[in-house]
Amino acid sequence: MNFIVCIKQVPGTTEVKIDPRTNTLIREGVESIINPFDAYAIEEGLRLKERMGGKVTVISMGPPQAESALREALSMGCDESVLLTDPAFAGSDTLATSYTIACGIKKIGEFDLIICGKQAIDGDTAQVGPGIAEKLGIPAVTYVKKVEEMSEARIRVERMMEEGYEVIEMDLPALITVVKEINEPRLPSLKGMMRAKKANVNIWNASDIACVSTKIGQLGSPTIVNRIFTPPPRKGGEMILGDPTEQAQKLIERLREAKVI
Amino acid sequence: MEYFLTEEQEMLRELARRIAEEKIKQVREHYDETEEFPWPILEELAKVDLCGVYIPEEYGGTGGGVLELCLAVEELCKVDGGIALILAATALATFPILLFGNGEQKKKYLPDIASGKKIAAFALTEAGAGSDASSIQTSANRVGENYILNGTKCFITNGGEAQIYVVIAMTDKTKGSRGASAFIVEKDTPGFSFGKKEKKMGIRSSSTRELIFNDCKVSRGNLLGREGQGFIIALKTFDASRPGVAAQALGIASGALEDAINYSRERVQFGQPISSFQAIQHLLADMATEVEAARALIYATARMIDKVPDLRVTKEAAMCKLFASDVAMKVTTNALQVYGGYGYMREYPMEKRMRDAKITQIYEGTNQIMRNEIALALIKEAAKTKK
Repeated sequence: MNFIVCIKQVPGTTEVKIDPRTNTLIREGVESIINPFDAYAIEEGLRLKERMGGKVTVISMGPPQAESALREALSMGCDESVLLTDPAFAGSDTLATSYTIACGIKKIGEFDLIICGKQAIDGDTAQVGPGIAEKLGIPAVTYVKKVEEMSEARIRVERMMEEGYEVIEMDLPALITVVKEINEPRLPSLKGMMRAKKANVNIWNASDIACVSTKIGQLGSPTIVNRIFTPPPRKGGEMILGDPTEQAQKLIERLREAKVI
Repeated sequence: MEYFLTEEQEMLRELARRIAEEKIKQVREHYDETEEFPWPILEELAKVDLCGVYIPEEYGGTGGGVLELCLAVEELCKVDGGIALILAATALATFPILLFGNGEQKKKYLPDIASGKKIAAFALTEAGAGSDASSIQTSANRVGENYILNGTKCFITNGGEAQIYVVIAMTDKTKGSRGASAFIVEKDTPGFSFGKKEKKMGIRSSSTRELIFNDCKVSRGNLLGREGQGFIIALKTFDASRPGVAAQALGIASGALEDAINYSRERVQFGQPISSFQAIQHLLADMATEVEAARALIYATARMIDKVPDLRVTKEAAMCKLFASDVAMKVTTNALQVYGGYGYMREYPMEKRMRDAKITQIYEGTNQIMRNEIALALIKEAAKTKK
């Protein structure tokens, strides 16, 4: 079976700096890592391959340096890799990114299951996975915490809810996004790293994947970001002291003052 | 200091560092307290191909040598000086097979060691034969196509846990040190059992045990090299393995130094971090200088061995072990001093490092024997040039 895992290279820190002029992330000078949620997607792809046979292709859109993230995925055991990189992709929002990656996947060819992390830790939108499924016209299930069963034609998964989980079955080809509860990603192996060092990373630009120029990059991105900021930390609550009767009286007073009751 | 490691060596080091940080750090206290054998950690090492870093690719390893082994052991020992013995003590028993094994023996044993499926142990020491190794009593008498082993080995690292043993026994007691031979003995061979499990000061996750041979029949095919070569095999093995013990000492010292530096920057006394006091600074400076000197000596020796396999390196290998283990003892003692009272508490990793460091001055030849070997080599070299 053919598995495709979508990954993103992100800054290895939760304190991302934002360019105030362009409202985009500043990536220079920050160590880059595979988006942690995508590592679970890679691991699940590898486990399903080990179970079902086939191959895992890992794909990413990003600047040329994102190649290192793909090599790391190869060192974990992925078979092939594709980097979609082109200055024309710069400034893509989630819509343009979904479209571009979908075009890349079409060029890869046949696939049975696409696996994404639930979201990236830099943008936190969780939109690209479902977006890709939409562009490819296949079903998608988000927040998967377990693949219960998989056959050539169907897959049954557990989808994490706030309380409990849903069991969903769907036809293949399909797309899932995974949460961290699904597995524990493996470390790359030494032999894998040596192999990955020599491996070929397919590098495709906009014309290679035959995408429509108005649907990619800034042009294909209807999202307008007005301002990005780190919200101020919430102020601590107020403790009402005293015995229970006093506390209740004070609480009612305060609620009345606030015109809540 | 920059050692100009290859890209592969850097990858190996980074991988070993990650295993130590992500898989060993949180369990080191557990294994030290319980003295359990760390099989789950072997699995982790195996999964990332760290068990065969010094074994040729044709036998399933990654084709490195002594330097690769040292790099892996050093990184693991920065976090825990005991658990890494699962790797280092296996290497000690793998070198005789690598150096003296025939094609069949290599094919049979090396791939399982490289993949981490099996571990090994080297057995020379006996109750009455430590530094004076040539006085071993364990015998191996040839009977037809077999040898019958009788005797008891003691203080054997990985003993009881390893599946593969390289055992030195006397095939001809009348020939003295030229009458010893080396055998590969598999666990579960009839007549081969395990005795006392030692309770130790340090490296408590490592198993140290007696091996008992009672009419244990070993096939002639398991003889390493030729009859009578036992001590040559042991000496050649030590030349290759002592840098590994030195790397264990280096790792312990290096981890202690790192922690001491960090702690001194956090610990505030008299209104300032103790790293601002010259008394602490000078301790740290001496520790760092000695650790770096040990590292330079070990890497240089390992490179010599890897580059020219037939080179006689007894002197340099002994220097590595002697120097690095003395440094480890001194550095762990001083690192604990930087921690003050906290260092003495078992909640912090310092007292364990001191306990772990001590063995490196003793095993694979005491440091007194190391000095004998170095001096002997010096005198021999001088005699040669004077001629």
